Amino acid sequence: MAMTITEKILAVHADEKKVTPGQIVVVDVDRVFTHDVFGPLVIKAFYKKGLKKVWDKEKIVFIGDHEVPTISEQAGAQYQEIVAFAKEQDLKNFYYGQGICHQIMPEQGYVRPGQIILGTDSHTVTYGALGCFSTGIGTQEMANIWATGKIWLKVPPTIKFECIGKWPAGVYSKDLILHVIGLMRADGCTYKATEFTGPAILDLSVDARLTISNMVVEMGAKNGIMPVDHKVKEYLAQRNIPESAYTVFQSDADAAYEQVITIDVSKLNPTVAAPKGVDDVMPLEKVEGTKIHQGFIGSCTNGRIEDLRQAAQILKDKKIAPYMKLVVSPASKDIYKQALQEGLIEIFLDAGAIVTNAYCGLCYGKTGGVLGKREVAICSNNRNFAGRLGHKESQVYLASPATVAASVVEGKITDPRKY
Amino acid sequence: MKVWKFGDNVDTDQIIPSQYLVLPTMREMAQHTLEPLAPQFAQQYKAGELLVGGHNFGCGSSREQAPTVLKELGVKVIMAQSFARIFFRNCINLGVLLIELPEANELEQGHEVKIDYTHAKIINKTTKKEYEMVPMSDFFKKIVNSGGLVDYLKNKN
Repeated sequence: MAMTITEKILAVHADEKKVTPGQIVVVDVDRVFTHDVFGPLVIKAFYKKGLKKVWDKEKIVFIGDHEVPTISEQAGAQYQEIVAFAKEQDLKNFYYGQGICHQIMPEQGYVRPGQIILGTDSHTVTYGALGCFSTGIGTQEMANIWATGKIWLKVPPTIKFECIGKWPAGVYSKDLILHVIGLMRADGCTYKATEFTGPAILDLSVDARLTISNMVVEMGAKNGIMPVDHKVKEYLAQRNIPESAYTVFQSDADAAYEQVITIDVSKLNPTVAAPKGVDDVMPLEKVEGTKIHQGFIGSCTNGRIEDLRQAAQILKDKKIAPYMKLVVSPASKDIYKQALQEGLIEIFLDAGAIVTNAYCGLCYGKTGGVLGKREVAICSNNRNFAGRLGHKESQVYLASPATVAASVVEGKITDPRKY
Repeated sequence: MKVWKFGDNVDTDQIIPSQYLVLPTMREMAQHTLEPLAPQFAQQYKAGELLVGGHNFGCGSSREQAPTVLKELGVKVIMAQSFARIFFRNCINLGVLLIELPEANELEQGHEVKIDYTHAKIINKTTKKEYEMVPMSDFFKKIVNSGGLVDYLKNKN
């Protein structure tokens, strides 16, 4: 009866004793969210089904985070549609301009270990760091869950990444996940569950773990789950979620994995994904000195307080290089406030950064530092597809916040270990 | 049916760039389908022609507008070496048939291809090569044949 964490969570929610990879199960969903861009589509699909009432208003969360404050007349109209629906259905879990969905969900206590959480956004995989099964779905499917609270899922085989070794200075969880994506390539984990375990994962803060789970979708994975330890329990306790409110699942020692890959983090160096693919991964030294025009620190990958601290530590008492642009977008209002209290925002402003409101920002590619033709940027977010952040001939390198900070100071891609 | 050939890792930002997601109707949005990769695609594509990709077709953002604009233009079947999972689900749920063919890279732009569903064969009339088709599971077939998830559930209830 040995199972992995992912299999155990799916089995419990399907009311089965045991599930095996390949099996299709219908599961009860614990929590769902949708954001401002796809919300209107879900609402439309919901009405098209002729439905009147959502299955459980407490379990539905709306988060306006992509086009906030509204970036166009159409965005304004979308906002009105969502508000009208939320009022009609009496949905109280409603956030607008308070931060990125993938930060709001764990930060505001909507995520618990052992749950199934789905969202209409591919980076919903982020919450796996808290020991739940979470993944992205389409808008038709979301409308269906709003009505029934259920979804079909195919039980995925699991690939395990056993992470060992001591973290070297200047190397972060972002460098690890970029390295892993480089190994597996953009489709290496398609339809598969991924599980990250080992002492090097447990050494990380919850913030740093969220960065890893966030990016598993860039190698096609269905989820990126991690074991629950005292750090996760403390994170939840700070949000008034006691241990009695959730179930912790652990993979059995003899659970079947499709593949087990051991990664020694002590051998990692600062890493980047080069244009134009998240899997064009290489050690930073290969592109060191590449001239850049802009830096971006933010997104659901790396816009958390720890990320801002790491960047601020490098930018303190320094200026960004002449003619350089640096955009900082904190991942949530709470992070923004914390950064203000700690003096981090002042450091960014004094260095010459533009600090925006808490939202998806440049990562969505429509506002917040959109790149012009042939501009080169180094960014802390998760995607560098051609044209994703602006002109199709712009170029984007993905890296840790520390690497972005070091690079904007020098005007070229720079190893953060220098600072 | 005529082949429209694309490469590996065609992401949903290429299928429908984010700046067009706010256009009020699918018809208007569909005019920009695959624009970064093939600027004339929406104008030249004729309903029913076969879309072919390499590995990881439809990766990236979960935007359902990606399969929806394809459906709007009349895409009924997409063939690729592999599909990204959210795109896969979205297509099934919209009633767009997906065929995973390991040899999809052997199909080229402009080839004439016939799909023989009865014998589960794909015939490339241009190169005269035949391929075995892995049949779709009954569960998915039922959804696709109903025209998508919404209609499937409606009929079921």
